[in-house]
Amino acid sequence: MPNNVVNPAMALPSLPARPRTNSAKARHKVRPWQIILLILVILGACVMFFPFLWTLITSISPGAGLSATPKLFPDNPSWGAYELLFSQTKFPRAVANSLGLAIATTLLQLLTSSLAAYVFSRMPFPGRNAVFALYLATMMIPMQVLLVPLFVQMRDLGLVDSYLGVLLPGLSSAFGVFLLRQAMDSVPRELDEAARLDGAGHLRIFGQIVLPLVGPSLATLTVFSFMSSWNSFLWPLVILRSEELKTLPLALAGMQGQYTTQWDVMMAGSVISILPMLAIYLFAQKYVIQGVANTGIK
Amino acid sequence: MTTAVVSKSPRKRITSTKVKYALTVLAFLLPSAVPLVCFTFYPMAGALWTSLHKWNLLSDMQWVGLGNYAHLLQDPATLRAFGNTLYYIVGYLPLVYVGGLGLALGLNAAIPLRGFLRGMYFLPVVTSWIVVALVWRWLLNPSVGIVNQVIGLFGLDGPGWWTDPTWAMPSIILASAWKDLGFVMIILLAGLQTIPQELYEAARMDGAGWWSRLRHVTLPMLSPTTFFVVVISLINGFQVFDQVYAMTGGGPAGASSVVVQQVYDLTFRYSQAGMASALSWMLFLVILAVTIVQMIGQRKWVNYA
Repeated sequence: MPNNVVNPAMALPSLPARPRTNSAKARHKVRPWQIILLILVILGACVMFFPFLWTLITSISPGAGLSATPKLFPDNPSWGAYELLFSQTKFPRAVANSLGLAIATTLLQLLTSSLAAYVFSRMPFPGRNAVFALYLATMMIPMQVLLVPLFVQMRDLGLVDSYLGVLLPGLSSAFGVFLLRQAMDSVPRELDEAARLDGAGHLRIFGQIVLPLVGPSLATLTVFSFMSSWNSFLWPLVILRSEELKTLPLALAGMQGQYTTQWDVMMAGSVISILPMLAIYLFAQKYVIQGVANTGIK
Repeated sequence: MTTAVVSKSPRKRITSTKVKYALTVLAFLLPSAVPLVCFTFYPMAGALWTSLHKWNLLSDMQWVGLGNYAHLLQDPATLRAFGNTLYYIVGYLPLVYVGGLGLALGLNAAIPLRGFLRGMYFLPVVTSWIVVALVWRWLLNPSVGIVNQVIGLFGLDGPGWWTDPTWAMPSIILASAWKDLGFVMIILLAGLQTIPQELYEAARMDGAGWWSRLRHVTLPMLSPTTFFVVVISLINGFQVFDQVYAMTGGGPAGASSVVVQQVYDLTFRYSQAGMASALSWMLFLVILAVTIVQMIGQRKWVNYA
């Protein structure tokens, strides 16, 4: 380096002087740093994935946790823990409860959110932005603050320990309204104009033109609604009492008391809780990741 | 239909279409607005009202003004819960941010299997907190857990993790970071992808090395996304509960009790609904204050190009 007087970085501009063609070719060649990076990232992914693998292995290792750590390759793998769980009425019931509540919540949120999003995208009225801001403000309010009054409200309505009590507070999703409005705003308005000339009202424009065109965002919202309901814990914990109504997360939390050292049973329960989300995630990975990514870009 | 109305009077037609429009707006909005008013805004106000009373959920409310707040501010258990919540945030945030940034940078580079690997890192995000807590209780089991078994291979004694007051919070932080790493990574990846490539080309022309490009191009350009991650993580961090409840139940001996755990215990174990409401409003105000401080502070370090 001939002129490294002040700052080594300043001396480097002579380097890119090499012919452009060279670097273009080099792009196709695998460079050492890429291999090192790849190895690091793969190692990291293995570490991240290991807890899942270990959960599965433990669930098929009978007697896991009583005395010893299960082996990576169990000597006599068995589905015993799963059979035990499903031989009781409690556990299958909890799975069914969670499934039913998640499906109902998802459908209701899709309906309420898309209707509201349509208004915020297509039907101006005085004060609309203020109303939209109020919707968004609810995303800031933590569920925990509402715990006591919501519980009292449900008690006064006679809805403690009922499916409806679990369902009601989650009827609408401000996140869903926000997400779908963004999507509807990008549907060209010429399409509704054309439909309006044909005599279509708002309900038809909504149902036959706008809604079909925001399919990907509906998919994103479906995954998120289902996930948040399937995984929700605090509110069901507060509102549900009887064993027959308990959801899967509650059943899993309760198992800790019942099967203190039977880790194979607890891990089998965990596997069953993970599976539906895993399936949905594999099918809709694109929408899930897009949904998360979109929340970051305002 | 229109002609029939026109023949009556033009003014009437305008009002009837206006009414019809307003009714349509209402019909579209009410299904979401009614639940939000009934189950968010109304209870929010209800919590404020309750927080000014002494109430056991059954008998009549007794007005105590700001008494509950005054009591909570001096209550050692509450202060410890706030302290533990802060401990959680201070441990969790750097872990997921630095880890997430590293992963986002690594998985933004041109390497094979990129999409698949991103998916692997994201998997824990779709898992429920209860499962995460159960699985990590098992991994970190002091006697037969795999982590201590591996530590044992090196001839060392692993800590008691969630059974040990000193290690309970670190255990919770570790499990939470595992779950959220992929979430932070995806948000930062989306942010990285909005940085114009020309900036990197220009920096390279100026002879900037890898580290210099990271410090002077990537990080400043990523600051809005970083800001978003920090705000979201702080809001969620203050509300930490599920994993604590399922991993340690706030124990051992309150060593990992957090604010929401206190709200829950006050309400459903000690039937002090007024006190619990006051604590939840305090938590809300803290979250609000922290968010506002960040909104103001962001002008100093967030760079909106």
